Amino acid sequence: MRKVIRGFLGLGLICAAAGLWITAPRTIDADTLDGLVGNAEHGAQVFWTGGCASCHAPPTGETDEVMLLTGGKAFVTDFGTFFAPNITSDPNHGLGSWSLTEFANAMLAGVSPSGKHYYPAFPYTSYARLNDQDIVDLWAFMRTLPPSDQASKPHDVSFPFSIRRGLGLWKQLFAHPESVVSADLTPDQQRGRYLVEGPGHCGECHSPRNVLGGIDYARWLAGAPNPSGQGTIPNITPGALDWSESDIAEYLSSGFTPEYDSAGGEMAEVVENTARLPQSDRDAIAAYLKAVPAVTNK
Amino acid sequence: MSVLSKFASIALSAAVIATPVVAQDQKALEAAVKARQAQMTLYAFNLGLLGGMAKGQIEYDADKAQAAASGMAALATLDASRMWLPGTDNEAMENTRALPAIWAEGSDVGAKAEAFGAAVTAMDAAAGQGLESLQAAMGGLGGACGSCHKAYRAPKN
Repeated sequence: MRKVIRGFLGLGLICAAAGLWITAPRTIDADTLDGLVGNAEHGAQVFWTGGCASCHAPPTGETDEVMLLTGGKAFVTDFGTFFAPNITSDPNHGLGSWSLTEFANAMLAGVSPSGKHYYPAFPYTSYARLNDQDIVDLWAFMRTLPPSDQASKPHDVSFPFSIRRGLGLWKQLFAHPESVVSADLTPDQQRGRYLVEGPGHCGECHSPRNVLGGIDYARWLAGAPNPSGQGTIPNITPGALDWSESDIAEYLSSGFTPEYDSAGGEMAEVVENTARLPQSDRDAIAAYLKAVPAVTNK
Repeated sequence: MSVLSKFASIALSAAVIATPVVAQDQKALEAAVKARQAQMTLYAFNLGLLGGMAKGQIEYDADKAQAAASGMAALATLDASRMWLPGTDNEAMENTRALPAIWAEGSDVGAKAEAFGAAVTAMDAAAGQGLESLQAAMGGLGGACGSCHKAYRAPKN
């Protein structure tokens, strides 16, 4: 009997240890970014591709304040309400005192400088696909932005989602930094894949999710309910989107649909970002969207 | 006639007069919504040519592009105040996505309309001057349309 109890105890310890190991925040190797020099000008392009301002700008949305990334915008989800944090260069309330490695860990691994998991409302599951040079360039750009000493609002998340450690398991299950579309692609389509699957994080809204909030990669970009609760976010695979490549590229530039209506909802903000990209990148996104596996909605 | 019945007859005649006025108002509101939607349709019709050329789907023709852009500029001179009557928002009426914020205090719809006017003028000046100049004017025009739609139009259901 004592043996059995000891056995159970041992098994329990192993499970606990495994749990701790699985849920422990993992970070990138400290020397990964050694020798790379940041180019702030190119970092600005990464910034607009990443749509950082769309979430981190103050909720009032005044266009002249768009570069003062104080955060504060609320994101209401099934798991609780998340508030975008201050990501200005302020050393106390923003990222001013961070190192490049700490910034890279936030972006690529979803881990904070104090070693905690971030909630995936911050789309690091996509940003994990950024290449090292883009990370270094983005960081160089972020450091040029003005500081704000406005404190970040704490998230309002209910139990059990309030235990950040549990996100370690979530990451094991759902965070996959490898490419989603693995078909043979032209260099243009590959560039589009990088932009869409990585910094552009299009799949975060345009792909459906399971009950735990993990992306359903079998229905990649096939549309999903709008997290705001109003309407749906459209299927942009060739199974539903019949726009030509030039239609898509024009939409990402001027916001005009092929019917010459303008982009609506959150997509209007996305277009404000994509309008700042080089035309070649908008063309690449369009080329990739035509190469995505077609999914039809029932 | 007693004072009371005098009041009653005034109230009654007021009610009789008031009913057709209200119905007429409702008609005017509906006509206003129809008119502005027709204006939007005509903008889109002209943009269809300009955008098609910008995208390379229609061959560039300076005269046709200029005519379409001038058409848009003419449309932009229509008196907006009659088409955007108070009481024609999407809470008061069914067939519109115009948000009440347009008429609310602090609305910057006037500034946005001016920015749109400037973008249309820029397109009018650019469209006939070659394909690249037309293409360069598309972004500003799209941004002007989008900024008003983003702030003041309810999403499609």
